[in-house]
Amino acid sequence: MKLIRYASIDGNSNGYWGLMALFAAFILAALGSSYFMEHNGHYVTGMTNQIVWGLPHVFAVFLIVAASGALNVASIASVFNKKAYKPLTRLSALLAIALLMGGLIVLVLDLGRPDRLIIAATIYNFKSIFAWNMILYSGFIGIVGVYLWTMMDETVNKFNRIAGISAFVWRLMLTTGTGSIFGFLVARQGYDAAIMAPMFIIMSFAFGLAFFILVMFATYNGTGRELGDAIVNRMRNLLGIFVAAILYFFLVFHLTNLYATEHHGVEAFILRDGGVFTNLFWIGSIIIGGVVPLLMVYGPFCKKSRKALAVASVLVIIGGLASMYVIIIGGQAYPLQLFPGMEVSSSFFDGVVNTYSPTLPELMLGLGGVALSLIIVTLAVKALDLLPVSLADSVADPHHKD
Amino acid sequence: MKTDNTTDTSKRKFLGGAAAVAGITIAPGVLLQTVQAKPDDQAVSNKVRWGMLIDTNKCADGCTDCVTACNSEHGLAGHDRPETDTQYIRKVTLKDKQTGHVKTLPVMCQHCETAPCADVCPTGASFKREDGIVLVDKHICIGCRYCMMACPYKARSFVHEDVYDQKDHTPRGKGTVESCTMCVHKVDKGENPACVTACNKEHKAMYFGDLNDANSEISKRLKEHGGKQIRADLGLNPGVRYQGV
Repeated sequence: MKLIRYASIDGNSNGYWGLMALFAAFILAALGSSYFMEHNGHYVTGMTNQIVWGLPHVFAVFLIVAASGALNVASIASVFNKKAYKPLTRLSALLAIALLMGGLIVLVLDLGRPDRLIIAATIYNFKSIFAWNMILYSGFIGIVGVYLWTMMDETVNKFNRIAGISAFVWRLMLTTGTGSIFGFLVARQGYDAAIMAPMFIIMSFAFGLAFFILVMFATYNGTGRELGDAIVNRMRNLLGIFVAAILYFFLVFHLTNLYATEHHGVEAFILRDGGVFTNLFWIGSIIIGGVVPLLMVYGPFCKKSRKALAVASVLVIIGGLASMYVIIIGGQAYPLQLFPGMEVSSSFFDGVVNTYSPTLPELMLGLGGVALSLIIVTLAVKALDLLPVSLADSVADPHHKD
Repeated sequence: MKTDNTTDTSKRKFLGGAAAVAGITIAPGVLLQTVQAKPDDQAVSNKVRWGMLIDTNKCADGCTDCVTACNSEHGLAGHDRPETDTQYIRKVTLKDKQTGHVKTLPVMCQHCETAPCADVCPTGASFKREDGIVLVDKHICIGCRYCMMACPYKARSFVHEDVYDQKDHTPRGKGTVESCTMCVHKVDKGENPACVTACNKEHKAMYFGDLNDANSEISKRLKEHGGKQIRADLGLNPGVRYQGV
C-alpha cells in the first residue's frame, strides 16, 4: 500500500463560506428556539404530560445513534484490519465526535433546566441508565479523541490499534446504553424489550455509515479530490447489509410482540391503526428507509451509480428519523395500561391515544443539532489534516478490480 | 371539699378542651386514624412505611373532593391547559369491557417500594424516603422527564410554565417534575394527607397509616379485607392499595 498523504482543505471558496453561514444560521435558530422554550416553559412546544419526549429527542437520539455508527469505517480498519478503509479513519473518528456533540446539545437544550447541567455532570445515580449514558457519552468523546490523536501523531501511532479496539468496544456499549433507555422501560407497552439494545446498534451501523458516505461525497466533490470506486463500492455493499439487518430486527421485534396477546394492542396501533405512526412506520421506516435504499444499492440499474448511493444514504437517514419518531413518540402515544381489560378514562388522558403536534421551535432545535455536527466537520477538515489527498483506487486498494 | 370539686371540674374542662383542640388541629374528624408526629430533629425511619388504602366501593362517582383538596393544599392552580397542567391526583373511571360494570377511584403516585422513577433518575432527584414516601428534590431535578417515561402509573407532571402563589410546603419550579408528596409536610406533623382528610368528611373511602404497624387501622383493614396493587405484575410493592377493584 502506498503511503497515504493527508491534507486539510483550503476552505476559501464561496461554497465553503456559504455552507458555514448556512450551518451557523441553523445553530442560531436552534439557540433562539431553546431560549424561547426555556423562557416560556415547555407548554409552547407540542410536548405535554403525556408525550414528554418530543421531536428534539427524535433528533438527539438519532444523532447519538448515528455517531457511534460513523465510527464504523475506523473500526473496520483498526479492529478488523481492512486496509482499504484505513485512509478514511480520521474522517470517521471526527464525524463520530461531531454527531455525538450535535445530539447531546439538542438533548441538553431540551432539558427543563439546562442550566443545571453541572448537576447532571457531578451527581450520579448509578442505578440510572441515563447516568451511565452521561459517562458513556463523555467517555466516547474522550476515547475517540485519543484514537484520532493516535492516527494523526506518528509518535503515538503505536497505540492506534489498542485505541481503536477501545473505541470499538466503547461505541458498542454506548449504543447498548442508548437502546436500553427504552428497553428498560418496563411499564410501557412499546418498549420493555431487550432487543432494543442490539436493534439500536444495527441502526447505528446504517445511520452512521449513511452520514459518512454523504460527508465523504460532499468533501471530495467539493474539493475536487479523487475518490475511486474501490472504497465507494465497499461502502455501498456495507450500507445494503446494514439496511437489510435493520429490516430483520424490525421483523423479529414485531413478530415476537405479535405472538403475545398482551402486546396485540400496541402492535395494532403501530402497524395498523396508529395514523401518522403507522404511515411513518410503513412508508418512512420500511419503504423509504429500507426497501428503496436496498433496491438502489443492489438493483441492477443503480449498482454503479454514485448518485444512487448518495440518494440511498439520504433515504436511510430520512427512514432513520421516521423510525426514531415511531419508537420514541409512538411508544408514548399508546396509552399506559393501568387496568388491563378495562376501559379507562380520566381528566389526565388515561386510556386514550395521546396526540402530539411538533412545533417549529422543536424542529429548529433538532435541525440545529444536525447543523452543529456538520459545522464541526466543516471546520475540522479545514483546520486538520483529516482527508487523504487522493482516494483513487491505487491508493485505497491497489488490488481493486472492477 | 366544695372548693376542691370546683377546681377538679375546671381542670377536666380545660384538659378536655385542649384535647379537642389538639384533635381537630391534628386530624379533623378522623381521630381514629391519627398518626404519630415525627419530631423535626429525628431522622426519617424505615420502621414506618406510610401507605394508603382506597375502598373503591365507597368512592363516589362524580365526587372529586380528594382532587380539589389536593389542588388547594399544594397550590396547583391550572392554566386551563389540561394537557400540560399538573395533576397530583385524578379520578379514574373504569368500565369492565365484559360486564359494563363502572367504578371510579383516585390514582396518584403509588409510592412504590422499588420506585422506577427513582431508579431511572440520573441525578437522584427522584428518591424514596426511608418511610416509603417518594419525592422529587426540586433543587437537583434537571427536567429530563425520564421518570415520567418510567412511571407505570402516569403519576407525574412536568411544570410546563411559570407557577405563581406557591405554598411554602410545596415548592414547585418551571422545568422540573413533580408528583403527589403524600402531603409529607402534614404527615411529618402527624396529620393525614389532604385528600384523605377531605374524603373522610363524607365518603370515608381513603385510609392513611403505617403499613408496618400491625395495629394501625390501615393494616387491620388490609389484613381483614385484602387490598390490590395497580399493576401488581410489575412487582413494585406500591404503598397505595385498593379494595373493590
